[in-house]
Amino acid sequence: MVNWTTEEKHAISTIWAKVDVDKLGAHTLSRLLVVYPWTQRYFSNFGNLSSPIAIDGNPRVRAHGKKVLTSFGEAVKNLDNVKAIFDKLSHLHSEKLHVDPQNFRLLGDNLIIELAASLGKDFTPEAQAAWQKLVGVVASALSKQYH
Amino acid sequence: MALSAEDKCNVKEFWEKLGENTHVYGTEALVRTFLSFPATKTYFPHFDHSSGSPQVQAHGKKLAAALTLAVSRLDDLPEALSSLSDLHAHRLKVDPTNFKFLSHCLLVTLARHHPGNLNPEVHASLDKFLSYVSSVLTSKYR
Repeated sequence: MVNWTTEEKHAISTIWAKVDVDKLGAHTLSRLLVVYPWTQRYFSNFGNLSSPIAIDGNPRVRAHGKKVLTSFGEAVKNLDNVKAIFDKLSHLHSEKLHVDPQNFRLLGDNLIIELAASLGKDFTPEAQAAWQKLVGVVASALSKQYH
Repeated sequence: MALSAEDKCNVKEFWEKLGENTHVYGTEALVRTFLSFPATKTYFPHFDHSSGSPQVQAHGKKLAAALTLAVSRLDDLPEALSSLSDLHAHRLKVDPTNFKFLSHCLLVTLARHHPGNLNPEVHASLDKFLSYVSSVLTSKYR
C-alpha cells in the first residue's frame, strides 16, 4: 500500500485536471522514441519511425500514446489501488510484449518533462515530487508480475 | 554515446538562449532534485534545502557556471572538467546514480522555462551532453 499525503493527492489531481490526455500521450511517446531510439524496438510494426518528424506525425504512435496515458489516468483516479489496476497490464507487458521494465521508468521521466513543458509554472517542484512518486509507483506496479 | 556535430550545435544554440538566467535554472534544478529525490540531500547535510535558501542559490550558481564552461569546451570536456573530476573522485565521492537525478531535474527545469526550445531532438542532445558531463565527473572514481 502506498502512502500518499493529502498534498501529494492534491498535486496529482490538480495537475491531471489540466492535462489534455490525447496530446500529452502522443507527445510523451513520441519524445520517448526520439530521445531513446532503442525503445523503438517494441514498435517495429508501427510503420514510419525514421525521423523525429515521422514519429511525431505517426498515427499509430499518437493512438498508442493516448492509450498509455489513459491507463495512467486510471492510476490517478485510484491512487490507493494502483497495483491491482495494473495487474493484467503487468502480465501482458511481461508475458506477451516482453518489455524491459526499465522502459517504464524512461516513459515516466519523459511524461514529467512533457508536463513541465506544457504546464510551465504550474509544474512546481512540489508537484514534480508528487508526480515522480506516481510514475515510480506505476512503473513498480507494471513490473510486479514479471518473473 | 559520443556527441555528434549536430548534438554540439543543438547544445550550444540552446544554452545561448538561456542568456543570463542559467544561475536561476541551476538553483531550481537543485531544489527539484532535493524534493523529488530526497536521498540526494545526504550530500548536503549542512544546507537549508528549501528554495530561497542562500546556500542552495550559491550552489546552483556554481553548477550553472560549470555547465556553461562545459558547453564552451565540448571538444575537450575531460580536460575542461579535470579539476572538477578530481574533486568529485577524491573529496565529494557522490554516488554516480545521483548525476542522473540532477540531470533529469535540470531537463525538467529547462522544459518548464523553455518548452518551445526543448523539442525532442534538442532534448536528446542535451541528455547526451549531461550524460557525458556526468561520466567525465565520475571518470576518476576508480
